[in-house]
Amino acid sequence: MFSLVAFIPRAVQQGVPLLFGSTGETITEKSGNLNLGIPGVMYVGAISGVIGSFFYEQSVPSGNLNGFFAIFIPLICALIGSLLMGLLYCFLTVSLRANQNVTGLAMTTFGIGFGNFFGGSLIKLAGADVPSISLSATSAYFSKSLPFASKAGWFGKVFLSYGFLAYVAIIIALICAYVLRKTRVGLHLRAVGEDPAAADAAGINVKKYKYVSTCLGCMIAGLGGLYYVMDYACGVWSNDAFGDRGWLAIALVIFTIWKPDIGILSSILFGGLYILYLYLPSGTHTEYKELYKMIPYIVTLVVLVITSMRNKKEDQPPKSLGTNYFREER
Amino acid sequence: MGQKVKEPRYHIVKRADISKREAWTIRIIAILAALLLCAIITMVCTGDNPISIFVTIFKGAFGTQRKTWITLQYVAILLIISLALTPAFKMQFWNVGGEGQVLMGGLAAAACMITLADKLPNAVVIILMIVSSILAGAIWGVIPAIFKALWNTNETLSTLMMNYIATQLVAYFTIVWEVPKGSGKIGIINQNSNVGWLPNIGNKYLLSIIVAAVVTIGMFIYLKFTKHGYEIEVVGESQNTARYVGISVEKVVIRTMLLSGAICGLAGLLLVGGINHTITTTISAGQGFTGVMVSWLAKFNPVAMIFTSLLIIFMSRGASEISTAFELNQSFADILTGIILFFIIGCEFFIRYKIVVRKDLGKEDA
Repeated sequence: MFSLVAFIPRAVQQGVPLLFGSTGETITEKSGNLNLGIPGVMYVGAISGVIGSFFYEQSVPSGNLNGFFAIFIPLICALIGSLLMGLLYCFLTVSLRANQNVTGLAMTTFGIGFGNFFGGSLIKLAGADVPSISLSATSAYFSKSLPFASKAGWFGKVFLSYGFLAYVAIIIALICAYVLRKTRVGLHLRAVGEDPAAADAAGINVKKYKYVSTCLGCMIAGLGGLYYVMDYACGVWSNDAFGDRGWLAIALVIFTIWKPDIGILSSILFGGLYILYLYLPSGTHTEYKELYKMIPYIVTLVVLVITSMRNKKEDQPPKSLGTNYFREER
Repeated sequence: MGQKVKEPRYHIVKRADISKREAWTIRIIAILAALLLCAIITMVCTGDNPISIFVTIFKGAFGTQRKTWITLQYVAILLIISLALTPAFKMQFWNVGGEGQVLMGGLAAAACMITLADKLPNAVVIILMIVSSILAGAIWGVIPAIFKALWNTNETLSTLMMNYIATQLVAYFTIVWEVPKGSGKIGIINQNSNVGWLPNIGNKYLLSIIVAAVVTIGMFIYLKFTKHGYEIEVVGESQNTARYVGISVEKVVIRTMLLSGAICGLAGLLLVGGINHTITTTISAGQGFTGVMVSWLAKFNPVAMIFTSLLIIFMSRGASEISTAFELNQSFADILTGIILFFIIGCEFFIRYKIVVRKDLGKEDA
């Protein structure tokens, strides 16, 4: 039986990492940086959080976790890990003007390798005496829903049953949308992404905007990785489990035509599409499930093509997307 | 008076030209620095001394005759994929869809092997495999190109999506053709009859290497000495110039992506028909992406690509030997490869630009 009340929370749980990723990538792309390293950044964010909380859980006797530290330490670790990735990307593409596609792909290779390596070797490297990384105690703090959620019936289940990071994702997306659309900073950022030369001439510090927005974007995306491992996966790290969600987040940026607030609903829609194959009837033909999994990508491709066909000014990618800016170049 | 204008201490200027020797010196310094960092990281992780680490890396890639052949075979496949992507990159078309194009080529080859095995003689099956896989790769490559030509759709993103559609198609057919039912994989196709297995030349590794050599020479000539190659270069430099001199940019984009996809399809054929004799969704193992970096690192020069692909494969084979030897996770290779890539990507800056420090430093008040 298909139950919408059961389906929506699962779609939201799938959607939250995508929302973090796509919000981060949107503000990155608004500065003209096409960061294809987001999948890697999300892995790094996730594993940094895991490493932080792993050592914290190891250092205190079980059951004695302090709730504040249990959340604070992984959070800070994830933010620092993804910030470092962001700085690396900026240093290479903004300061050293390296090709963005190549740098991004290298970051994805590195980031996924980094995540899987430490995920697989952390126990051995730390010399700890546990069979697998399972941070259920920390995860319990992350996935704790509001106390009255279970009492509020279907309403509670659909709207209140998530860990705090899910709400953080929505708040960040709303803030980003507001900043981009309504504030001077947002205006400058968009100017940098559209035409860095004009922005530079107008006295906007192009380098600073590119650095800050890309690093912030990476940090937001890193939180997506953290949410996935701590909340969705219940604190269990397994290699490659995060899968291709990073690429899906990049796809989502196109789908939302570079608007973080549209991202909230579309990420849930994408999350739903991502798990739709579990619900669509396929009878004995399990192979159809594989075709259903194609849907998010086909939808994205169609949206991409349609926006380019309609050629509406508001729906276009930032004009300088993917190119580096050098003041002295003509 | 005391107002001081803040002047930057240095500024960056584009180098007019740089001798090949200087450029390669910078690159080699970067690679050495990267290797040094890799060695330090490996030392921290394994506690072994750096010399024995490098011995292990070398052993992993060229330790035995068999390992050397496998390394060369890997290089050959990566080289073919990188060469396939190169003409597209040269016209500034960012084809990151190599992964999907390889998969589609492989899928077409596998389809021929499975469905035609009992119906047609081996030679005919192989010919059909070659034709269909090249065609499948070309079609997968040309779809984003048509979007680009007609509506200027961002090709980085559309080729990326095509990868996942291809992956799911392969996943679908994997279940349709799975042997035995319910196992979720196809297994070795035609294990007894060997129908559709590409012939061994000398030994089973040599075929891919020969194909790679032919493609390298062909691509070198195509890009350097033909009219098509010249048109690609003009389009890559400036689309407006191309239009002005009467080159149809749309035609060049579509034609080049047909070629790019076709060669990727060829790599898929080799992977399925020549090497693995099966198909999985991970058969190209991210080489469609690695190829982007190989091609770019070689500055789109087909001959230099031999060295860059060798470097990447050498490091990843070596690093996986380290991870086996020290019981570390196999992903260690990706980390080391990533570090080397960052260094090489970064060093290009010092080849293209130079930093000029202001001469009158320290005499600001003058």
